[in-house]
Amino acid sequence: MSKRSYVEEALSDWMKGNGPDTDVVISSRIRIARNLSGHPFPMLATSQQAQDVMKQLTAVAETGRLDSCGPFETLELSQLSELERRVLVEKHLISPSLANESRCGAVMLSENESVSIMVNEEDHLRIQCLYPGFQIKEAWTLASRIDDIFEEVTDYAFDERRGYLTSCPTNVGTGIRSSVMMHLPGLVLTQQINRILSAIQQVGLAVRGIYGEGSEAIGNLFQISNQITLGQSEGEIIENLHSVARQIIEHERAARQRLLDESRVRLEDRVLRSYGTLSHAMIMDSKEAAQRLSDVRLGIDLGLIGDVSPQAMNEMMVLTQPGFLQQVFREKMTPEQRDIRRAELIRKQLYSETDHGGV
Amino acid sequence: MLCQECDKKPATLHFTKIVNGEKTEFHICESCARERGEGIPGTANGFSIHSLLSGLLDFEPVGTMNALGAKPAQQLRCDNCGLTYTQFSKMGRFGCSNCYTQFGSKLDPILKRVHGNTTHVGKIPKRTGVQIQLKREIDELKADLNMRIEQQEFETAAELRDRIRELERKIADV
Ligand SMILES: [Zn+2]
Ligand SMILES: [Zn+2]
Repeated sequence: MSKRSYVEEALSDWMKGNGPDTDVVISSRIRIARNLSGHPFPMLATSQQAQDVMKQLTAVAETGRLDSCGPFETLELSQLSELERRVLVEKHLISPSLANESRCGAVMLSENESVSIMVNEEDHLRIQCLYPGFQIKEAWTLASRIDDIFEEVTDYAFDERRGYLTSCPTNVGTGIRSSVMMHLPGLVLTQQINRILSAIQQVGLAVRGIYGEGSEAIGNLFQISNQITLGQSEGEIIENLHSVARQIIEHERAARQRLLDESRVRLEDRVLRSYGTLSHAMIMDSKEAAQRLSDVRLGIDLGLIGDVSPQAMNEMMVLTQPGFLQQVFREKMTPEQRDIRRAELIRKQLYSETDHGGV
Repeated sequence: MLCQECDKKPATLHFTKIVNGEKTEFHICESCARERGEGIPGTANGFSIHSLLSGLLDFEPVGTMNALGAKPAQQLRCDNCGLTYTQFSKMGRFGCSNCYTQFGSKLDPILKRVHGNTTHVGKIPKRTGVQIQLKREIDELKADLNMRIEQQEFETAAELRDRIRELERKIADV
């Protein structure tokens, strides 16, 4: 496995596989933040100090200790081009801040890309496990195992009262951020979303959506994650997120069913219009693409569109982002050129999915 | 709705943050969000939680020189990494793990506001945390012991007392 595949292949292996509840939950992610005791945090570290931390942590992968979760390949950020870094960000394998800042960053990637271990991000060590569908507990089990492996050979900054000491006080304690990415078009279309999101926030979870003008979230994607990391155990944090997400899944399914029962034709019209636009448009900005892809994804999940696979939708959601587009077409592009290329890429993708093209 | 940062462009990003039932809303435009750093997945350069956080941290009460002549928090400095408390409250980040000790008691109200709690109850490192793990076990047993005594379950209480002694010996050996 070489760096090539990480930046050239659009989809990580894990995205191609199917997980549980993928009609609503796109992915489940755990991130654990850890630091080495005695070393300044990356933000204040000199390049020599950062280099030391990088050597110490990347060495763990080389000892073979991680092989039961691997194999892993280590990429130093300084060895990657700007575009390659951006692709890793768009695949959610590294954070934007690791990609942008010029400290001694590195990432250890597992072959199937479900694990990425970032070095010298905001914290010395960030272990991230990303699973398809609703598998938050499975992701925690793996992340915690990797955490134990690093702890066998490195001294973590840990305090009896404060727990794992992190660069930012919002992460101290368990250092974990658990999150699920949910596709909630049913709740958005039936206008229940705001009520549900504010209820979620009442129980200590954070919701992130990206909103366009007006009230509609772009692509109807929402990330729900734990806000509190201190004073709750990892088990409680994950159980809380799990049970809330489970309820949202049920609400979303009920909302979709209601739409089918009460306004099937309007729903079909919306889905098929989006499908038609995606199949034929010559220019498509990223916001419109996200919304149309969301509609079509909903149509697939409800059986209104039969011949496009959900995986193809995942692929298009990733491929249509700016870094990926440039990587796919191997050229720098103006935003206008990108919109044309994006439309082209989606048309071709849908054409190949249906064998004969068009609707 | 206009952006609350620049008051010029329409706000296109809306956040609600609730800490301890206290609700804060943010409405900002994309260019202001971009200026304020990382944060939102899916945007090239999102909005930073740290800039929100520094608002939370910057609430040192005035006239902090107390009767014992202790240093006001503003003059605190971590002797390991050199970060001052003032810098910390501006950036919302620590410079090293030692900062947690150096800024000590000042942190409780902040952690309370962010998490509603000040004390870790989660995972403990397996190798380096053996002693802490044992202590935690002893604390739990002691609480149980008190309850048993109150309920006059003396036989169980005696077993618990023996187990506590055993663990205490173990701690001494570590
Ligand atoms: Zn603005
Ligand atoms: Zn320090």
